[in-house]
Amino acid sequence: MHIPDGYLGPGTCGVFYLIMLPIWTAASRIVKKTLNSRQVPLLAIGAAFSFVIMMFNVPIPGGTTGHAVGGVLVAILLGPWLACIAITVALVIQALLFGDGGITAIGANCFNMAFILPFCGYYIYKAISYKSPVDSMRRVLAAGIAGYIALNIAAGVTGFMFGIQPLLYKTASGQALYCPYGLNVALPVMLGEHLLIFGWVEAIVTALVVKYLQKHSPELLPEGRKP
Amino acid sequence: MRTISKFWIFIGGLIVLSPLGLLLPEHFKAGSAWGEWGADEMKDLAGYIPKGLEKFSSLWSAPIPDYAFKGWEEKPLSSLSIAYVFSAAIGVLVCAGVVFILGKFLDKKE
Repeated sequence: MHIPDGYLGPGTCGVFYLIMLPIWTAASRIVKKTLNSRQVPLLAIGAAFSFVIMMFNVPIPGGTTGHAVGGVLVAILLGPWLACIAITVALVIQALLFGDGGITAIGANCFNMAFILPFCGYYIYKAISYKSPVDSMRRVLAAGIAGYIALNIAAGVTGFMFGIQPLLYKTASGQALYCPYGLNVALPVMLGEHLLIFGWVEAIVTALVVKYLQKHSPELLPEGRKP
Repeated sequence: MRTISKFWIFIGGLIVLSPLGLLLPEHFKAGSAWGEWGADEMKDLAGYIPKGLEKFSSLWSAPIPDYAFKGWEEKPLSSLSIAYVFSAAIGVLVCAGVVFILGKFLDKKE
Protein backbone atom coordinates (compact mmCIF):
# COMPACT_ATOMS: atom_id res chain seq x y z
CA MET A 1 0.00 0.00 0.00
CA HIS A 2 3.11 2.22 -0.01
CA ILE A 3 2.73 4.37 -3.11
CA PRO A 4 6.23 4.99 -4.55
CA ASP A 5 7.51 8.17 -6.18
CA GLY A 6 6.35 8.58 -9.76
CA TYR A 7 2.98 6.83 -9.46
CA LEU A 8 0.97 9.89 -8.44
CA GLY A 9 1.15 13.18 -10.31
CA PRO A 10 2.43 16.34 -8.59
CA GLY A 11 -1.10 17.70 -8.15
CA THR A 12 -2.35 14.58 -6.38
CA CYS A 13 0.74 14.50 -4.16
CA GLY A 14 0.29 18.18 -3.27
CA VAL A 15 -3.40 17.81 -2.48
CA PHE A 16 -2.76 15.01 0.01
CA TYR A 17 0.06 16.91 1.69
CA LEU A 18 -2.39 19.81 2.02
CA ILE A 19 -5.08 17.52 3.44
CA MET A 20 -2.67 15.95 5.92
CA LEU A 21 -1.29 19.25 7.19
CA PRO A 22 -4.36 20.23 9.26
CA ILE A 23 -4.76 16.60 10.38
CA TRP A 24 -1.18 16.49 11.67
CA THR A 25 -1.67 19.90 13.32
CA ALA A 26 -4.91 18.78 14.97
CA ALA A 27 -3.28 15.53 16.08
CA SER A 28 -0.38 17.29 17.78
CA ARG A 29 -2.74 19.81 19.39
CA ILE A 30 -5.07 17.16 20.75
CA VAL A 31 -2.16 15.00 21.86
CA LYS A 32 -0.51 17.96 23.54
CA LYS A 33 -3.66 18.44 25.62
CA THR A 34 -4.14 14.83 26.61
CA LEU A 35 -0.74 13.15 26.51
CA ASN A 36 0.80 12.18 29.78
CA SER A 37 4.42 11.18 30.01
CA ARG A 38 3.46 7.58 30.84
CA GLN A 39 1.98 7.24 27.35
CA VAL A 40 5.17 8.19 25.51
CA PRO A 41 6.78 4.72 25.85
CA LEU A 42 3.53 3.19 24.56
CA LEU A 43 3.53 5.60 21.64
CA ALA A 44 7.11 4.56 20.85
CA ILE A 45 6.05 0.92 20.93
CA GLY A 46 3.10 1.76 18.65
CA ALA A 47 5.36 3.35 16.04
CA ALA A 48 7.92 0.54 16.30
CA PHE A 49 5.23 -2.14 16.07
CA SER A 50 3.63 -0.57 13.02
CA PHE A 51 7.06 -0.20 11.39
CA VAL A 52 8.11 -3.80 11.90
CA ILE A 53 4.74 -5.46 11.18
CA MET A 54 4.77 -3.80 7.73
CA MET A 55 8.02 -5.68 6.97
CA PHE A 56 6.14 -9.00 7.13
CA ASN A 57 5.23 -9.29 3.48
CA VAL A 58 2.60 -11.94 2.97
CA PRO A 59 2.68 -13.59 -0.46
CA ILE A 60 -0.17 -14.46 -2.78
CA PRO A 61 1.55 -17.47 -4.39
CA GLY A 62 2.70 -16.67 -7.91
CA GLY A 63 1.28 -13.18 -7.61
CA THR A 64 1.91 -10.20 -5.43
CA THR A 65 2.62 -9.41 -1.78
CA GLY A 66 1.04 -7.25 0.88
CA HIS A 67 1.12 -6.74 4.60
CA ALA A 68 -0.77 -5.63 7.68
CA VAL A 69 -0.26 -2.10 9.06
CA GLY A 70 -1.00 -2.75 12.72
CA GLY A 71 -2.65 0.66 12.80
CA VAL A 72 -6.04 -0.50 14.05
CA LEU A 73 -4.44 -2.10 17.08
CA VAL A 74 -2.47 1.06 17.83
CA ALA A 75 -5.70 3.08 17.50
CA ILE A 76 -7.60 0.76 19.85
CA LEU A 77 -4.87 1.05 22.48
CA LEU A 78 -3.91 4.73 22.14
CA GLY A 79 -6.85 6.34 20.38
CA PRO A 80 -6.94 7.44 16.74
CA TRP A 81 -5.00 10.71 17.13
CA LEU A 82 -2.00 9.14 18.85
CA ALA A 83 -2.17 6.30 16.33
CA CYS A 84 -2.06 8.86 13.52
CA ILE A 85 1.18 10.24 14.92
CA ALA A 86 2.72 6.79 15.56
CA ILE A 87 1.98 5.52 12.05
CA THR A 88 3.12 8.79 10.46
CA VAL A 89 6.49 8.39 12.21
CA ALA A 90 6.79 4.81 10.89
CA LEU A 91 5.82 5.80 7.33
CA VAL A 92 8.19 8.78 7.18
CA ILE A 93 11.10 6.62 8.38
CA GLN A 94 10.20 3.91 5.85
CA ALA A 95 10.23 6.48 3.05
CA LEU A 96 13.37 8.37 4.06
CA LEU A 97 15.63 5.53 5.24
CA PHE A 98 14.40 2.54 3.27
CA GLY A 99 12.79 3.99 0.14
CA ASP A 100 9.54 2.17 1.00
CA GLY A 101 6.87 4.59 -0.23
CA GLY A 102 7.82 7.72 -2.13
CA ILE A 103 8.78 10.99 -0.49
CA THR A 104 6.42 12.85 -2.82
CA ALA A 105 3.70 10.40 -1.73
CA ILE A 106 4.18 10.74 2.04
CA GLY A 107 1.03 12.87 2.23
CA ALA A 108 -1.00 10.31 0.28
CA ASN A 109 0.43 7.30 2.12
CA CYS A 110 -0.18 8.95 5.50
CA PHE A 111 -3.74 9.81 4.46
CA ASN A 112 -4.43 6.13 3.74
CA MET A 113 -2.50 4.37 6.46
CA ALA A 114 -2.14 6.97 9.25
CA PHE A 115 -5.55 8.66 8.93
CA ILE A 116 -8.21 6.56 7.15
CA LEU A 117 -7.02 3.28 8.66
CA PRO A 118 -6.75 4.15 12.38
CA PHE A 119 -9.85 6.37 12.41
CA CYS A 120 -12.09 3.86 10.59
CA GLY A 121 -10.67 1.04 12.69
CA TYR A 122 -11.12 2.88 15.97
CA TYR A 123 -14.75 3.85 15.40
CA ILE A 124 -15.73 0.45 14.00
CA TYR A 125 -14.20 -1.15 17.11
CA LYS A 126 -16.02 1.31 19.36
CA ALA A 127 -19.34 0.74 17.62
CA ILE A 128 -19.18 -3.06 17.65
CA SER A 129 -17.77 -3.47 21.15
CA TYR A 130 -20.16 -0.80 22.46
CA LYS A 131 -20.57 -1.32 26.20
CA SER A 132 -19.48 -4.93 26.40
CA PRO A 133 -17.24 -5.89 29.34
CA VAL A 134 -13.48 -5.49 28.92
CA ASP A 135 -12.87 -9.23 28.91
CA SER A 136 -15.71 -10.12 26.51
CA MET A 137 -15.28 -12.15 23.34
CA ARG A 138 -17.28 -9.44 21.62
CA ARG A 139 -14.29 -7.08 21.98
CA VAL A 140 -11.94 -9.59 20.34
CA LEU A 141 -14.34 -9.96 17.42
CA ALA A 142 -14.82 -6.20 17.24
CA ALA A 143 -11.03 -5.78 17.01
CA GLY A 144 -10.77 -8.34 14.21
CA ILE A 145 -13.68 -6.94 12.21
CA ALA A 146 -12.35 -3.38 12.65
CA GLY A 147 -8.91 -4.48 11.42
CA TYR A 148 -10.38 -6.22 8.38
CA ILE A 149 -12.75 -3.44 7.31
CA ALA A 150 -10.35 -0.56 8.00
CA LEU A 151 -7.47 -2.09 6.04
CA ASN A 152 -9.83 -2.68 3.12
CA ILE A 153 -11.15 0.87 3.17
CA ALA A 154 -7.55 2.14 3.16
CA ALA A 155 -6.69 -0.22 0.29
CA GLY A 156 -9.74 0.98 -1.64
CA VAL A 157 -8.72 4.62 -1.24
CA THR A 158 -5.19 3.73 -2.35
CA GLY A 159 -6.61 1.98 -5.41
CA PHE A 160 -8.70 5.06 -6.13
CA MET A 161 -5.59 7.29 -5.96
CA PHE A 162 -3.76 5.01 -8.41
CA GLY A 163 -6.80 4.69 -10.63
CA ILE A 164 -7.51 8.37 -11.22
CA GLN A 165 -3.94 9.05 -12.44
CA PRO A 166 -4.45 8.04 -16.10
CA LEU A 167 -7.53 10.31 -16.16
CA LEU A 168 -5.62 13.28 -14.73
CA TYR A 169 -2.26 13.01 -16.43
CA LYS A 170 -1.52 11.86 -19.97
CA THR A 171 0.64 12.85 -22.89
CA ALA A 172 -0.79 14.30 -26.10
CA SER A 173 -0.68 10.79 -27.58
CA GLY A 174 -2.76 9.43 -24.70
CA GLN A 175 0.02 7.60 -22.85
CA ALA A 176 -0.20 7.76 -19.07
CA LEU A 177 2.38 9.99 -17.35
CA TYR A 178 2.24 8.31 -13.94
CA CYS A 179 0.36 5.20 -12.79
CA PRO A 180 -0.87 3.72 -16.08
CA TYR A 181 -3.70 1.63 -14.60
CA GLY A 182 -7.14 3.18 -14.40
CA LEU A 183 -9.93 2.71 -11.86
CA ASN A 184 -11.18 -0.39 -13.71
CA VAL A 185 -7.92 -2.18 -12.82
CA ALA A 186 -6.47 -0.45 -9.75
CA LEU A 187 -9.64 -0.48 -7.64
CA PRO A 188 -10.58 -4.16 -8.06
CA VAL A 189 -6.96 -5.32 -7.68
CA MET A 190 -6.23 -3.31 -4.54
CA LEU A 191 -9.59 -4.21 -2.97
CA GLY A 192 -9.54 -7.81 -4.12
CA GLU A 193 -6.14 -8.72 -2.72
CA HIS A 194 -6.86 -7.04 0.61
CA LEU A 195 -10.35 -8.54 0.91
CA LEU A 196 -8.94 -11.97 0.10
CA ILE A 197 -5.70 -12.09 2.06
CA PHE A 198 -4.14 -9.02 3.66
CA GLY A 199 -7.27 -7.83 5.46
CA TRP A 200 -7.36 -11.14 7.32
CA VAL A 201 -3.76 -10.64 8.45
CA GLU A 202 -4.65 -7.25 9.97
CA ALA A 203 -7.77 -8.81 11.51
CA ILE A 204 -5.90 -11.72 13.10
CA VAL A 205 -3.03 -9.57 14.43
CA THR A 206 -5.47 -7.05 15.95
CA ALA A 207 -7.77 -9.65 17.48
CA LEU A 208 -4.97 -11.81 18.91
CA VAL A 209 -3.21 -8.93 20.66
CA VAL A 210 -6.50 -7.64 22.12
CA LYS A 211 -7.27 -11.18 23.34
CA TYR A 212 -3.81 -11.41 24.94
CA LEU A 213 -4.17 -8.01 26.63
CA GLN A 214 -7.63 -8.87 28.00
CA LYS A 215 -6.06 -11.75 29.86
CA HIS A 216 -2.69 -10.35 30.88
CA SER A 217 -2.83 -6.54 30.88
CA PRO A 218 -6.45 -5.33 30.77
CA GLU A 219 -5.30 -1.95 32.13
CA LEU A 220 -3.83 -1.22 28.68
CA LEU A 221 -7.23 -1.46 27.04
CA PRO A 222 -8.83 1.98 27.50
CA GLU A 223 -12.03 0.42 28.85
CA GLY A 224 -10.06 -1.51 31.45
CA ARG A 225 -8.48 1.60 32.90
CA LYS A 226 -11.38 2.77 35.03
CA PRO A 227 -11.12 1.38 38.56
CA MET B 1 6.16 -1.21 34.15
CA ARG B 2 6.36 -4.89 33.34
CA THR B 3 3.97 -4.84 30.42
CA ILE B 4 6.09 -2.26 28.63
CA SER B 5 9.14 -4.51 28.77
CA LYS B 6 7.03 -7.44 27.55
CA PHE B 7 6.01 -5.34 24.56
CA TRP B 8 9.64 -4.59 23.75
CA ILE B 9 10.48 -8.30 23.96
CA PHE B 10 7.58 -8.94 21.56
CA ILE B 11 8.96 -6.30 19.14
CA GLY B 12 12.41 -7.89 19.50
CA GLY B 13 10.90 -11.22 18.52
CA LEU B 14 9.28 -9.63 15.47
CA ILE B 15 12.66 -8.15 14.46
CA VAL B 16 14.30 -11.60 14.60
CA LEU B 17 11.42 -13.18 12.65
CA SER B 18 11.22 -10.35 10.10
CA PRO B 19 13.11 -12.25 7.33
CA LEU B 20 9.93 -14.33 6.97
CA GLY B 21 8.58 -11.25 5.19
CA LEU B 22 11.39 -11.70 2.68
CA LEU B 23 11.67 -15.49 2.44
CA LEU B 24 7.95 -16.40 2.21
CA PRO B 25 7.26 -14.21 -0.86
CA GLU B 26 10.45 -15.60 -2.44
CA HIS B 27 9.39 -19.19 -1.71
CA PHE B 28 5.94 -18.69 -3.18
CA LYS B 29 7.29 -16.77 -6.16
CA ALA B 30 5.30 -13.68 -5.34
CA GLY B 31 6.54 -10.50 -7.03
CA SER B 32 6.45 -6.89 -5.89
CA ALA B 33 3.41 -5.45 -4.19
CA TRP B 34 0.85 -4.16 -6.69
CA GLY B 35 1.69 -0.59 -7.72
CA GLU B 36 5.19 -0.72 -6.22
CA TRP B 37 7.14 -1.88 -9.26
CA GLY B 38 10.44 -0.38 -10.33
CA ALA B 39 10.68 1.35 -13.71
CA ASP B 40 12.05 -1.82 -15.41
CA GLU B 41 9.24 -4.00 -14.11
CA MET B 42 6.76 -1.39 -15.30
CA LYS B 43 8.14 -1.71 -18.82
CA ASP B 44 7.50 -5.47 -18.77
CA LEU B 45 4.00 -5.01 -17.36
CA ALA B 46 2.62 -2.03 -19.25
CA GLY B 47 4.86 -2.17 -22.32
CA TYR B 48 6.30 1.28 -21.65
CA ILE B 49 7.61 3.41 -18.82
CA PRO B 50 5.31 6.38 -18.21
CA LYS B 51 7.37 9.57 -18.67
CA GLY B 52 6.59 11.11 -15.30
CA LEU B 53 7.13 7.84 -13.51
CA GLU B 54 10.55 7.51 -15.11
CA LYS B 55 11.42 11.04 -14.06
CA PHE B 56 10.32 10.79 -10.42
CA SER B 57 10.94 7.13 -9.58
CA SER B 58 14.61 7.74 -8.75
CA LEU B 59 13.97 11.07 -7.04
CA TRP B 60 15.06 9.86 -3.65
CA SER B 61 18.02 7.65 -2.97
CA ALA B 62 17.43 5.98 0.38
CA PRO B 63 20.44 4.99 2.49
CA ILE B 64 19.16 1.41 2.99
CA PRO B 65 17.05 0.86 -0.14
CA ASP B 66 14.38 -1.87 0.19
CA TYR B 67 15.74 -2.94 3.57
CA ALA B 68 19.02 -4.12 2.00
CA PHE B 69 22.46 -2.56 1.97
CA LYS B 70 23.51 -0.71 -1.17
CA GLY B 71 25.29 -2.99 -3.61
CA TRP B 72 23.81 -6.13 -2.04
CA GLU B 73 21.20 -6.67 -4.76
CA GLU B 74 22.88 -9.85 -6.03
CA LYS B 75 23.73 -11.30 -2.62
CA PRO B 76 22.21 -14.66 -1.59
CA LEU B 77 19.01 -14.74 0.46
CA SER B 78 20.91 -15.52 3.64
CA SER B 79 22.83 -12.22 3.42
CA LEU B 80 19.66 -10.35 2.48
CA SER B 81 17.96 -11.84 5.55
CA ILE B 82 20.72 -10.48 7.77
CA ALA B 83 20.34 -7.05 6.16
CA TYR B 84 16.57 -7.35 6.73
CA VAL B 85 16.97 -8.04 10.45
CA PHE B 86 19.46 -5.20 10.68
CA SER B 87 17.01 -2.86 8.89
CA ALA B 88 14.19 -3.89 11.21
CA ALA B 89 16.36 -3.15 14.26
CA ILE B 90 17.48 0.22 12.88
CA GLY B 91 13.91 1.13 11.93
CA VAL B 92 12.55 0.22 15.36
CA LEU B 93 15.30 2.19 17.13
CA VAL B 94 14.79 5.27 14.94
CA CYS B 95 10.97 5.07 15.38
CA ALA B 96 11.34 4.90 19.16
CA GLY B 97 13.94 7.69 19.16
CA VAL B 98 11.78 10.01 17.05
CA VAL B 99 8.73 9.36 19.25
CA PHE B 100 10.69 10.15 22.43
CA ILE B 101 11.87 13.43 20.90
CA LEU B 102 8.31 14.22 19.74
CA GLY B 103 7.09 13.30 23.23
CA LYS B 104 9.33 15.96 24.71
CA PHE B 105 7.68 18.59 22.49
CA LEU B 106 4.13 17.31 22.93
CA ASP B 107 4.31 16.86 26.67
CA LYS B 108 4.80 20.46 27.71
CA LYS B 109 1.80 21.00 29.89
CA GLU B 110 2.09 23.64 32.53
